[in-house]
Amino acid sequence: MLKLEHIDKQYAEHHALKDINVTFNPHETTVIVGPSGSGKSTLLRSLNLLEHPDSGLYTIDDRTIDLSQPVTTDTLLWVRRKTGMVFQQPRMFDHLTILGNIIEAPVHVLKQKKADATKKAHELLQAVDLDNTADRYPYQLSGGQTQRVAIARALAMEPDYLLLDEPTSALDPELEAQVLRVLNGLAKEDQSMIIVTHNMEFAREAADRMLFLEDGEIVFDGTPAEFFSEPTDRIKHFLNAFKFEN
Amino acid sequence: MFEFIATYAPQLIVAGIKYTVPLALISFVFAVIIAALVAVLRSYVPHATGIKSIGWRILKFILWFYVWLFRSTPMLVQLFVVFYGLPKLGISWLSPSGWAAAVWVLSLNTAAYASEAIRAAITSIPDTQREAGAALGMTDAQIFIRIILPQAARISIPTLANSFISLVKDTSLASVVTIVEMFYLSQQLAATNFEPLQMYLLVAAIYAIFVSILSIPQHYIQRWADRFVKVQG
Repeated sequence: MLKLEHIDKQYAEHHALKDINVTFNPHETTVIVGPSGSGKSTLLRSLNLLEHPDSGLYTIDDRTIDLSQPVTTDTLLWVRRKTGMVFQQPRMFDHLTILGNIIEAPVHVLKQKKADATKKAHELLQAVDLDNTADRYPYQLSGGQTQRVAIARALAMEPDYLLLDEPTSALDPELEAQVLRVLNGLAKEDQSMIIVTHNMEFAREAADRMLFLEDGEIVFDGTPAEFFSEPTDRIKHFLNAFKFEN
Repeated sequence: MFEFIATYAPQLIVAGIKYTVPLALISFVFAVIIAALVAVLRSYVPHATGIKSIGWRILKFILWFYVWLFRSTPMLVQLFVVFYGLPKLGISWLSPSGWAAAVWVLSLNTAAYASEAIRAAITSIPDTQREAGAALGMTDAQIFIRIILPQAARISIPTLANSFISLVKDTSLASVVTIVEMFYLSQQLAATNFEPLQMYLLVAAIYAIFVSILSIPQHYIQRWADRFVKVQG
């Protein structure tokens, strides 16, 4: 369980998160939507402390971190092992092969044996349908392929929660579908996921729960059914922005 | 003409193999090690506080001062200071011989330039790489050594190769600290055969050949380092 209480983040001229209180349950897929600048990414990045909120409490399982205090390196690394992250761009380590990218952290952070990590990596690559690319370098793969490798790389650390920050926004629709199929598969396997996305079709299909953020506040927290079938005026306005018809 | 070359080239080449090449290679190895250390320390952003942070500031100032000093003074002057000047202060252990003085100055001078090249390469690696490593639970040191440095090393290769070429030619300055390397020898020979033009053209040609041969590995090193990038064209 991930629990945020009274989370606040203020940038120089922008109040990114305002008193956020939310709990993410295990084995659920939570989709976070909202207009640009609403604080979605900041919220997601706070969950693995790539962003450090100014104040609030962050509880993972039975350990609570007071974010108004500096966190120790040990705590930081512990949080990051609990939470895997996939970014908008795949952010491959360009100097390592696809296999090298996936086993890098398992071998050097989790201290797994290289043979074990390699075996696991091949399984993960098979799962994202890319096992034939293990010995290639990232530049030899398409954006959709590297993004699937990025998902495999995050999963190789066996995080309790997989965080995805607009994982398909940089891809064209065909490649986007490949990535979404992988994520949908993970959702069906009850991998705990928190996804920031603009893809409403995917949200409708894969989400167990939806959050709608605006101006640093959670203004909707409920099921996709409620979100799409009984939208508030604000959500209606937001969803209409995705349509072409006038 | 042919006779002239046959008479003098072998002596010059021997001097080159005995002095120019080892001076350049030894100094380059030291230079790269020093440059890498300086670049790493100068690009590191410490999270230290208190006395540690003051220590970092002093260290960074010393490194900045070293780079500034060696880049803004002529190497010839540096050689004179180390070889003729410092012993007057009783610091003769630093340069017990012309060799030591030459290696010190050639290494430190080359390292000052090379450290800037490596530092620029380190800063050119996007911060997103650091974040990707951090998100996987890697420590700052792991990210630096395993993610940033290998990519920065590739970018530094062309500049380091240039530094090496300069270094090979700069070994001719070692003549002023009593080392009879190729150029010094050519001066001595010209003084006896009264053929300065042919003599200096010959030694120039031999330098060019040495530089060309010593540059061959660059091609292979670059090709190996470029294995993970798309080759243009």
